[in-house]
Amino acid sequence: MLSTPDLGHLTTSDYRRVYEPAEDSFLLLDALEADQVYLRDQVRPRLCIEVGSGSGVITAFLATRVLQSHKTQYLTTDINPHAILATRQTCSHNGLDSSQLTCVQTDLLDGLLGPRDSAPANCPQLDGQVDVLLFNPPYVVTPSSEVGSQGIEAAWAGGIDGREVLDRFLPLVPLLLSAHGVFYLVAIEPNRPADIIQHMDQCYGLIGHTVLKRKAGCEHLSILRFTRRSAVATE
Amino acid sequence: MLQCHVKGCNDPSLSFPLQLKDVELEQVETEQNDDLLANLLQKIDWNALQMTATELGLASLPETIPDDPDSDEAFMIKLHEVLMEMNITQGKMECRGCGHVYPIKDGIPNMLLAEHEI
Repeated sequence: MLSTPDLGHLTTSDYRRVYEPAEDSFLLLDALEADQVYLRDQVRPRLCIEVGSGSGVITAFLATRVLQSHKTQYLTTDINPHAILATRQTCSHNGLDSSQLTCVQTDLLDGLLGPRDSAPANCPQLDGQVDVLLFNPPYVVTPSSEVGSQGIEAAWAGGIDGREVLDRFLPLVPLLLSAHGVFYLVAIEPNRPADIIQHMDQCYGLIGHTVLKRKAGCEHLSILRFTRRSAVATE
Repeated sequence: MLQCHVKGCNDPSLSFPLQLKDVELEQVETEQNDDLLANLLQKIDWNALQMTATELGLASLPETIPDDPDSDEAFMIKLHEVLMEMNITQGKMECRGCGHVYPIKDGIPNMLLAEHEI
């Protein structure tokens, strides 16, 4: 069993500004661990992107526990500047070389793609380049008015069905994934995971599966994994 | 790698790469990792990197990637220095199209826009 990244450098006061890893984060870590052989031997990532990296625990785990490859470049984004600092600290504290990590403060992947009103395919820098894409989105069902903060609320406030932020992101996934790329997503029942899987197939030809499920308190969590039809993961 | 995403700024020849201005640079020595560099070479927009490095007055990178970069020791050393060791701690990135300025603070580029700019 792979060890969880050490977060001893983060304090209670950090967790007032940055989402503290919880069951949802740990379920994604478990899914990545279960896919270790697939990720290392088949995907062999050159570029991994995590959107909304928060404390950085997920990218740190992928980089320093699952892949342990000095050939891989990691890019993380977060809208919350405190989360960017936490992600950097967590990655370096757990032994990831700083030259392998780039962090950008932004909303989803704004600034890594063209303007939102331009053609959806306008992402020359990242077009089909992403081998592992990770998103633990703000999935909690909240009033729409709570969506759009740049503070810690941005880590959970998902608006209607907890889908408002996620639904802005999903159209980017087919543009980003490389031929053998894989996208991991955290979801809860109110997000209607079966509907997400169907939508990704019908609209973008991405094949999705629920790879892990767990009940944590009142949340029914699942990890969804998507690949291109031509590269459906063989276990 | 970052590009302007202001609404209506749709000329990709101008919105990328952003022009770095008033930058403070620091060089952090790290061990050279040729495997990572070789991977990045396949992902990177060479013209943009070359232009940016020149504008910053950094070690001059050739206009095109050498035919066999992995075995060109001098080239790999330069690339390592520019790509891996040079950090921009403070500064700004300006769009050559619409002129929008994105700040870099404590080494973190901030690409957020106001609601009306999206």
